[in-house]
Amino acid sequence: MTALTTRFDPSSAPEQQVANHIATRAAYLAPVLLVIAGIGWGLDGVASTSVAVGLVVVNFLLAAAILTYAGRISIALLMAATMFGYILRLGVLAGAVLALRNQPWMEMLPFGLTLIVTHLGLLLWETKYVSASLAYPGLKPTATSPGSIKE
Amino acid sequence: MLSVLAQEAVSGADTIAAYGALGAGFAYGLAAIGPGIGIGYIVGKSVEAMARQPEAAGMVRTTMFLGIAFTEALALIGFVVFILLGI
Repeated sequence: MTALTTRFDPSSAPEQQVANHIATRAAYLAPVLLVIAGIGWGLDGVASTSVAVGLVVVNFLLAAAILTYAGRISIALLMAATMFGYILRLGVLAGAVLALRNQPWMEMLPFGLTLIVTHLGLLLWETKYVSASLAYPGLKPTATSPGSIKE
Repeated sequence: MLSVLAQEAVSGADTIAAYGALGAGFAYGLAAIGPGIGIGYIVGKSVEAMARQPEAAGMVRTTMFLGIAFTEALALIGFVVFILLGI
């Protein structure tokens, strides 16, 4: 009888690992973006940029949490969770912007640019890391792993 | 006469603002459709891959997550256009 995959292995959560890596890297990237925003738009730009970086990180962590949680219950639920998660995350983003847009310190241009640059930059950074670690952080080659070459 | 002209000028500015908001709304809506289709396709294919080859599930899940995030960047760009143009 063939084994069927109906849900994710509860012991592993690669999405969560990827999202945690992205959040860590955001901490490295954020000061650079804040300095650039500070030079260009002053303190208002710094505040707007920090909100944008925070939203991007929350977006990644929320996406990973939703996928991991749903996948552990059922792969069928994963489909629904992906769709509703997409709507929910766009809603969170839109809600945050609508709530903050009238604040006197809110600068929309650095905010929008930071959203795109941070999202794509962090993703490219993580993809480079994942590609370099055999497409899966858990399989990152180490000196003691089977098949590795000791120098 | 001047009051009529001023009223028309205000009305013209309102019309431009209204069309701007309408355009921004359309841009956001259209920008969300493409990624929605893309994400559905990615997840569907990933589930298919995991069902065919359960031992590769970890790799598939990682790639799926990155694929979803890359696709979502398109929606994010649409959202930024929306907030810069419309609201």
